[in-house]
Amino acid sequence: MTGAAQVIALHPRGDATDPRASALRTAVARHLRRGDEPAQPAPGVRVYRLFATTHAGDPEALRAFARAALADPLVDEVLVASHIGHDLAGSYVHLARLPGLTDDEARSAELSWALLAGEEPVEWTFFTQELVVFDAVLPDATLAGLARDVLGNPNVHALTWGPLPFVAERPRSVALTAKAHVDEVPLPDTDAGLLELSRGRQLGLSLAELRAIKAHLADADVRARRLAAGFGAAPTDCELEIFAQTWSEHCKHKEFNATIEVDDRERGQHRVVRSLFKSYVSGPTREVCASLEARGQGFVVVVFDDNAGVVRVNPTHNLTLKVETHNSPSALDPYGGAITGILGCNRDAIGTGRGGGRLYFNTDVLCFGPPAYGAPLLPGQLHPARVFEGVHAGVRDGGNKSGVPTVNGALVFDDRFAGKPLVFCGSAALVPASIELPEGPAPAWKKDVRPGDLVVTVGGRVGQDGIHGATFSSHELAEGQSRGVVQVGSPFTQKLVVDFLEEAAARGLVSGVNDSGAGGLSSSAGELARLTGGVRIHTDRVPLKYPGLLPWEIFLSESQERMTLAVRPEHERALVELARSRGVLAQAIGEFTDTGLLEVLHGELRVARLGLEFLHEGAPPLSLSAVVLAPTRSPARARAHEADLGALLLEVLASPNVCSREAVVRGYDHEVKGKTVVKPYMGERGRAPQDAAVLRVDHDGHEGIAVASGICPRYGDLDPFAMAQGAFDEAVRSLISVGARLPGEAEGPFELFCGCDNFCVPDSVFHPENNPDGREKLGKLVRIAEGLAEMVRAFEVPMVSGKDSMKNDLRAGGRKISVPPTLLVTMVAKIRDVRRAVTSEWKQPGDVVFLVGETHDELGRSIALGLLGDDGGVAPVVRLADTRALYTLMTQAHARGLLASSHDLSDGGLGAALAEACIGSGLGAVVQSGADELPALAALFAESHARFVVTVPPEREPEAAALFGARARRLGVVGGSELVVRWRDTERVRLSVDALTSAYETRLA
Amino acid sequence: MTALVITGFGLNCEEESAAAYRKAGTHARIVHASDLFAGLETLRGASIVHLSGGFSFGDDLGSGRVFANRVRLERLPSGSTLLRELAAFAADGGLIFGVCNGFQILVRAGLLPNLGGDFTPEVTLTHNDSGRFEDRWVSCVAGRSPSPAFRDLPRLELPVRHGEGKLVVRDDGIRAALVAQGLVALQYADAGGVALGYPANPNGAELGCAGLTDPTGRVLGTMPHPEAYLAPELHPAWATRARRGDLPRVADGLRVFQNLVAAARTTTA
Repeated sequence: MTGAAQVIALHPRGDATDPRASALRTAVARHLRRGDEPAQPAPGVRVYRLFATTHAGDPEALRAFARAALADPLVDEVLVASHIGHDLAGSYVHLARLPGLTDDEARSAELSWALLAGEEPVEWTFFTQELVVFDAVLPDATLAGLARDVLGNPNVHALTWGPLPFVAERPRSVALTAKAHVDEVPLPDTDAGLLELSRGRQLGLSLAELRAIKAHLADADVRARRLAAGFGAAPTDCELEIFAQTWSEHCKHKEFNATIEVDDRERGQHRVVRSLFKSYVSGPTREVCASLEARGQGFVVVVFDDNAGVVRVNPTHNLTLKVETHNSPSALDPYGGAITGILGCNRDAIGTGRGGGRLYFNTDVLCFGPPAYGAPLLPGQLHPARVFEGVHAGVRDGGNKSGVPTVNGALVFDDRFAGKPLVFCGSAALVPASIELPEGPAPAWKKDVRPGDLVVTVGGRVGQDGIHGATFSSHELAEGQSRGVVQVGSPFTQKLVVDFLEEAAARGLVSGVNDSGAGGLSSSAGELARLTGGVRIHTDRVPLKYPGLLPWEIFLSESQERMTLAVRPEHERALVELARSRGVLAQAIGEFTDTGLLEVLHGELRVARLGLEFLHEGAPPLSLSAVVLAPTRSPARARAHEADLGALLLEVLASPNVCSREAVVRGYDHEVKGKTVVKPYMGERGRAPQDAAVLRVDHDGHEGIAVASGICPRYGDLDPFAMAQGAFDEAVRSLISVGARLPGEAEGPFELFCGCDNFCVPDSVFHPENNPDGREKLGKLVRIAEGLAEMVRAFEVPMVSGKDSMKNDLRAGGRKISVPPTLLVTMVAKIRDVRRAVTSEWKQPGDVVFLVGETHDELGRSIALGLLGDDGGVAPVVRLADTRALYTLMTQAHARGLLASSHDLSDGGLGAALAEACIGSGLGAVVQSGADELPALAALFAESHARFVVTVPPEREPEAAALFGARARRLGVVGGSELVVRWRDTERVRLSVDALTSAYETRLA
Repeated sequence: MTALVITGFGLNCEEESAAAYRKAGTHARIVHASDLFAGLETLRGASIVHLSGGFSFGDDLGSGRVFANRVRLERLPSGSTLLRELAAFAADGGLIFGVCNGFQILVRAGLLPNLGGDFTPEVTLTHNDSGRFEDRWVSCVAGRSPSPAFRDLPRLELPVRHGEGKLVVRDDGIRAALVAQGLVALQYADAGGVALGYPANPNGAELGCAGLTDPTGRVLGTMPHPEAYLAPELHPAWATRARRGDLPRVADGLRVFQNLVAAARTTTA
């Protein structure tokens, strides 16, 4: 029962600045100016940080505690009261977290209370809240709008509002009363009944899958064994949930493994693709790995078999690489979704082999609706600007608080990302090649799980949060869908787990590790169980956030910051003891077996007993059909001579997909660990955007790793095959630009160069009403995969890990917004000496500018054509042999130390690349277009791939000209304070570097 | 001679901090704070104690606050507190250096500036005026101060990476004493000297303060990260400077650690 209660309220004193209140004041004013609110002056805003508590009684004791442990004595005013604002005419909005959500700050308050009182901390005795007070009485509807759209998020917060005073209530904990039990769920006889069961329980299982389960359980042998083990003939609630999770699109990648009948109208042929994954991702990569290995240039250690790919950096260290998406959660709670995305990806990077890795870097590639999105919002849809702001804050807190530098990424804007954003989080860890065990060194990348090893869960406690996450993320978003799937991540909890795991693994206490993310224990223990052929879990031993969870909920919960370890029984005590000393929860909850079974018990209750083989191999394969259409090719209508190319260049620089990301990027710590040699922005002014980041491997040597990404969904509208190849090339050329070399170039034993592919596509399964063009969408996916496969083979760059996300649509209010099919390619490569890395900005007046690579009349979906309102043109294509040969020349130029600067050409073409080199250095240049045979518009703004703007010291110009021959054209010379571009001997652009800079540094949002 | 680099609970610059002391010519040992609180490790035998940057306890209740609460209040098995141990360590001639979150911990624990010698709060480090975390390089000047860290380093370039770095001083008396005793060891600067305004002063700190020392010069805290600038090629303009031929041989950050190690060696010897 709740009632008026004392609450601790902190707010900055009158003379202290309050950045949070200032930010809210601006956001509130902006919201009130929007059309749907009656015009009114923006009210003053005061923000109170509240600590509600179950400690009843003496306000003086609370005040003393607040002063001693919570408040900043120089800044904060402390108030302990049951009513706030009773002397003020105004309104308030109150934000409390939904019960059961992570509240780290409250845990810290409890710890501090305990320190002062000399007691042990008691959880759920403090609760942080926020009270926003307006100095004007606002209408209820206005407050409701502010509460939901500006201050809080109904998916995360319990929101209340009204006229002052605010009256504090006693905080509520989660109080679940359910007594542990297991239900048997008889499977209905009819198809309609089966489907109804799947819908009602949110299982997301198809009719074919339900029939397969039914047939399996009806098998006489299976049935007899179940009965003998004390189970019924019908599945338990937990067993159905396990099937739903294990067979979900998220975990099983059914569509990526489906058999696809392709009606290829481009070539007029029919063909059958048996698994996109095997045909176009794993197949080509395995071929390339074998070929490199045969030539003594292999570097791939683990591919596709673990949470992250593992590649060799040098004899003592490997690198793990993983890129994940977290799209659906980020659509509902941008901040929390992005944090859990990063933390989850980080767990994959260290949750490989037997652990022991140390996180090395993060990347983030974010696709949003444009900040100025003007279309009416659908029910439940957050405005893209808000999604951007929340995700940015999430990436910032998630990465920064993990102590991992965020070094590379991209921001892509398109109206079609307004329904579901794409949030790609990349993570790499450095892992010792081997771990010293008493019996000798053991490879760290290889799990050595044996029957009898204990299943140990490490990290956060389990609550009801995140139940059904794996099945949820496998579906399109629909109205009103959210509760239970949103979680608040705790970077702090995870940092302790990550540090602990490195220590525990180094001491040889861990024989295998797995991330416990989507699907919870069902997924993490279920996957590890395949190594020994069985596992037995006791859900009653799992540490809980609060009592009352049902066994299946415990088994399926996706509560965050957890890892599952395999530990030899003789190491249990040392492991648990180390964890305790590091403030980490570790608990043995079962053991690995060789029974062939996934068994779950809860005390005496029999919760689940499923054969692993059927569970992992029994899902019926999916059959789909696809239609491939020919790429769209039409002439560009915009005419060069009609455009003022200088003005157009300024527009290109200021456009959301090109303009400076510096303000966003500086929110991320990109140099913690002190290894980041090429940072996202470089130069004397710190304004020069770079193509790839370069980090040294350790503080004593000069070896480094470069990382870059490629993504260009716009071209997919015209030609999905070319889009995929363009994304791949963008990542490769960014690494080439900074000084990496492709496999096959090196004379040494091996040279690391590999990637990770992430597919994000709209629902591509045909449905006559819901998805009438599903076959064409699947056709695009087929072409994207084929494009990727060809690049992997041509460049000999293996894809060591990847992910597909298949249902990126929002359906609400009778409408559907689908993302454009998108491929992100993230790549890493070794740099032999980081001190020889080459950055993008001009270095010195007098340096000679070259355009390396050829410009083609490829303006389709270019930034410039988009600004001119022209949707014609052809998409840029990758010319494989020419490109490969060009990169060999670039590698030779690097090896000879010829290049003073190098910048790859991408969005905005030559014009943008030249401008960025000027902005980055503060130096101008006088140049030719280098493509006088093309229309001026194409020469300056075509986005043809495989091109670089490089500079060479004047005394080495002849050497560069000789090396590149016909593959490069001399453009001009660096110098002055203006960028001057001539085309066919007429001046088409003359702009000061200051003008370029102010256009480029237009603030996003 | 050993530098003890404290880590754990969300601190995250231990690797490069240890490298800094190693490159400055001394032995560095990384110690988990939980082992200090549990009495399994002590400060004995160390000449320098380093509190690194990071997000201890997730910056809950304000940066460094929970860590400082434990430093002040938690009883060690010896019956003492870490605060008393640290104070005794400095009194015996040891050097204590806190960077970023380490600086915030030292301030909230009362070890900086500690003019009164009784560990009461005299200054605080609060939210940047911008309201934002920023990773950016800044210029700093170091005047005369009791700290040995900036000897022969009148001007330095270093990165800042924080959201709560704005120094606020309790009152005019404290402010005057800080200035008079030269305790503002490091100040943000632009071409004209000490910078009070954004962006040269990234957070709006009073006195342009980027670093503080105590009156003995043995306790030092800075918001900028010298351990992030151990090699010339870690500066954002290194490539331009290398082309011009004026890349420094020794990075500014490393020189700070060389100064500290030299001073510790003198005291120890």
